[in-house]
Amino acid sequence: MSDTIKTDVLIIGAGPVGLFAVFELGLLDIKAHLVDILDKVGGQCAELYPEKPIYDIPAVPFITGQGLTDALMQQIKPFNPTFHLGEMVATLEKIGDPLFRVTTDRGKVFEAKSVAIAAGGGSFQPKRPPIPGIEPYEGKSVHYAVRKMEAFRDKRLLIVGGGDSALDWTLNLQPIAKRVTLVHRRDEFRGAPDSVNKMRALVAAGQMDIKIGQVNLLEGGDGQLTAASIKGNDGAIARVEIDAMLPFFGLTMKLGPVADWGLKLEDELIPVDTGAFETTVPGLFAIGDINTYPGKLKLILSGFHEAALMAQKVYHYVYPDKRLVFQYTTSSTSLQKKLGVA
Amino acid sequence: MAKITFIEHDGTKHTVDGEIGSTVMETALRNQIGGIVAECGGACTCATCLVHVDEAWSPIVGKPSAEEEDMLDFAFEVKPTSRLSCQIKVTEALDGLIVNTPAYQGR
Repeated sequence: MSDTIKTDVLIIGAGPVGLFAVFELGLLDIKAHLVDILDKVGGQCAELYPEKPIYDIPAVPFITGQGLTDALMQQIKPFNPTFHLGEMVATLEKIGDPLFRVTTDRGKVFEAKSVAIAAGGGSFQPKRPPIPGIEPYEGKSVHYAVRKMEAFRDKRLLIVGGGDSALDWTLNLQPIAKRVTLVHRRDEFRGAPDSVNKMRALVAAGQMDIKIGQVNLLEGGDGQLTAASIKGNDGAIARVEIDAMLPFFGLTMKLGPVADWGLKLEDELIPVDTGAFETTVPGLFAIGDINTYPGKLKLILSGFHEAALMAQKVYHYVYPDKRLVFQYTTSSTSLQKKLGVA
Repeated sequence: MAKITFIEHDGTKHTVDGEIGSTVMETALRNQIGGIVAECGGACTCATCLVHVDEAWSPIVGKPSAEEEDMLDFAFEVKPTSRLSCQIKVTEALDGLIVNTPAYQGR
């Protein structure tokens, strides 16, 4: 059991709304930790449209997803939030009034006076290929991520995909695996040209195999793969004996563990009140795309507004004996000190 | 307007009006066509709006761009006529277009 991390607020999701919540909380002297399943901040903005323009951020006529993320990180810098990236919140339970215990899939334990679920469309998880009968092998001999390379030593591996993940793991695992076969739907790879060249050289030297087509059949039992069939674009079937398969088809958003936290959901969204964007559980808030209320719009600007109102309510949980005086950053020297500009 | 027919994997047909200048993906969402997820909202970054264009229409719709072809690597059961519907602009020339939506978009 690791040491419990105590914080005022735990924010689940480091997308634009989770990031801006740090700012609004910080102005009220409330400290935050953030957990995100991605290995970077920015959520959908960074994962789905880093280079695509956004036109509806107030007073910002044009900004890219990555630009917005970078600007928010600069804006919240004075409040020094702690990020826990590449981790998924697994469990959330209320243990006090209000006090929450939150655990992650990496074994971290948090205790927070309030929790803000800013999980957007859910958690980004690997896409699962629609190969019949794949489920029993998942986690045993079908892996969507490599946690320990040693687990693949002397194994016959089937790596599926044409992007950087597929190529990087092909190159990293080829030296220790018994044999690597890379499967891709076309004989062109979108990964970094250097990786593609290295992979092609290994194939030319007979040190690994490449098959063009799609995996359509798995063989094995008790979760252990023994072989896979690959249907070529000409219809020909190739059978390869394998010990493990690693599919890399990118990420998709799934609601994930939010569904297990005892909240009553409406169409996979969390109903909240519109005064503080709090759920039916006091101290547990939902902001941004994950929440719903009459008139809800899934806009970043709506999420920003929700974060600001949430912070006001959180203040009363974190500082129950203090009175909150509303202040403006333009005129309050106390707020300006917090921002490091006074 | 251009008539667009979506055929779901179970054979259910929907013929709807597509606004000229919009995309086939937007037309699907506006008409609540099953099988189109469009997670990224049309940024060509998620490959969850895959359609298989009808064989006869495929030459008229045309081939994917290099960027779209790269994204097709993240889709499943890709065929020579497969396209991402967010990258197909509705034009007068596509009046009568027929596309098939897949059973599974990765989620």
